[in-house]
Amino acid sequence: MRAFLLALVLLVAWQAYAKLGGIDDFLLPAPTEIATAMFDDAGLLWSDFQVTAAEVLLGILVAIFLGVACALSIHLSQTLRQTVYPLLIASQTIPIVIIAPLLVAWLGYDLAPKLAIIALVCFFPVTVTALDGLRSVDPEVRKLMRTLDASRLEVLRRVELPWALPAIFSGARIAVTVAVIAAVLAEQAGSSRGLGHLILQAIPQFETARAYAAVVILAAFAVVLFSLLTAAERLALPWAHRSQVEGERS
Amino acid sequence: MTAKTVAKPSHREVNGSAEISLNDVARSYAGRNGQVQALDGLSLHVGAGEVVAVVGPSGCGKSTLLELVCGLQSPDRGTVSAGPAVLMPQRDLLLPWACALDNAALPLRIAGMGRDQARDQARPLFEALGLEGFERSRPDELSGGMRQRVAFVRTLMSGKPILALDEPFAGLDALTRQDAQAWLVDALTAQPRTVLLVTHDVEEAVVLADRVVVLSPRPGHQIAALPIALQRPRKRTDPALVALREEALIALGVDR
Ligand SMILES: Nc1ncnc2c1ncn2[C@@H]1O[C@H](COP(=O)(O)OP(=O)(O)OP(=O)(O)O)[C@@H](O)[C@H]1O
Ligand SMILES: [Mg+2]
Repeated sequence: MRAFLLALVLLVAWQAYAKLGGIDDFLLPAPTEIATAMFDDAGLLWSDFQVTAAEVLLGILVAIFLGVACALSIHLSQTLRQTVYPLLIASQTIPIVIIAPLLVAWLGYDLAPKLAIIALVCFFPVTVTALDGLRSVDPEVRKLMRTLDASRLEVLRRVELPWALPAIFSGARIAVTVAVIAAVLAEQAGSSRGLGHLILQAIPQFETARAYAAVVILAAFAVVLFSLLTAAERLALPWAHRSQVEGERS
Repeated sequence: MTAKTVAKPSHREVNGSAEISLNDVARSYAGRNGQVQALDGLSLHVGAGEVVAVVGPSGCGKSTLLELVCGLQSPDRGTVSAGPAVLMPQRDLLLPWACALDNAALPLRIAGMGRDQARDQARPLFEALGLEGFERSRPDELSGGMRQRVAFVRTLMSGKPILALDEPFAGLDALTRQDAQAWLVDALTAQPRTVLLVTHDVEEAVVLADRVVVLSPRPGHQIAALPIALQRPRKRTDPALVALREEALIALGVDR
């Protein structure tokens, strides 16, 4: 509710500044103009949105899968922790903006390079949070599992993985927000469809309001995905939230 | 890094028996302020089916003793030999995502049993401890006393002949604790085991044990042993029991 109020205040301020501040419409369209563009170009925006949304969703799935797989292998093998982990960290310094066109040239014009770029940007937060989750198991619980003669695999299956699930969800939430940016970057690097492509086309055509409309849609999409993940976590892991709910009540 | 993971030669011998035998055991930790000698010169023998309570001042190495018996640590000096032992830690350490019955059946699942079969096997004991109706409850929906009972069923379900109980009732209020002591006696009557019970509560020790072992302040070693040859169930108000309690308190150096 308060978030809505804040958004409203910001919109009004923006509207006033755009209309009264003497700023050129092509530089900063007013919220009303963006709303008009969203209405007028609804068909266009919708079809491009579908493309981008599919890329983002698939990309996140790939990233979560890769991230959890990386975390598990690093967690289980000290050798991998010492060899692969530094490489993964290094991979995050790759300047995506520069590498993206090369990936497009290499992987083609369609879905593959977009998935690669989104996954490259998004798997890392999942890896790091999942790894922290796997390691955060209470040492006393590990002792208990040892006196119950649990094998390494049993400890992983019965304790470490469930223990890490809340952390994995956190990683996925971070991934969602960067995935949208990654998708736009990937589309701008080479694509004929998607909201990133639409923005790239709209700006030189002085259709700034349409570009902003696309940005608003992307932002809303990220917020929706984020909230969906939060809701899914509450449904799937009710045990992880009990204490928080109590905290809110008291 | 790798050098640390090489285990030191273990002086713990696992045998098939239900006995515990510690001989002149010493164990120290490398703390931030130098070496901490937790145990030194501790000898203790617990026969099969015997219930021995260990009391001693805080930090005298009681938890260390249990971990030695369970093979979670090895001694610096001396020998530890014991049959298969399971640890019941002070905190219940129930898995928060699993329901009460599944927590109780955990050792069976670890041993490779299927879910339904494991539940069926855990159920009789679960119900015997008054947990009926709470099979599907998550641990955070149970009271402290109930969680402790679930943890105890889990300990028994491991099927090991030796139970190492680390202040299992310390977190409970006086009434719940007496209740818990009663079900422990009942459960042990139905399924006798060798029990090494660490407690801060001298009354609990004399109510539950066949023998009370008093440890010295750190470094811990045995300074007194009181055989408790009273019939069970015992009454707290029994003069003989009260006298034994006083004796144990005096051995601990606690004035009346
Ligand atoms: N992992 C450890 N590292 C360093 N010091 C330790 C470790 N575990 C125990 N100690 C020290 O060894 C001594 C004995 O510890 P232990 O936990 O066995 O005592 P305790 O008798 O169980 O105490 P309490 O009654 O408070 O539970 C303490 O002084 C403790 O600080
Ligand atoms: Mg202790």
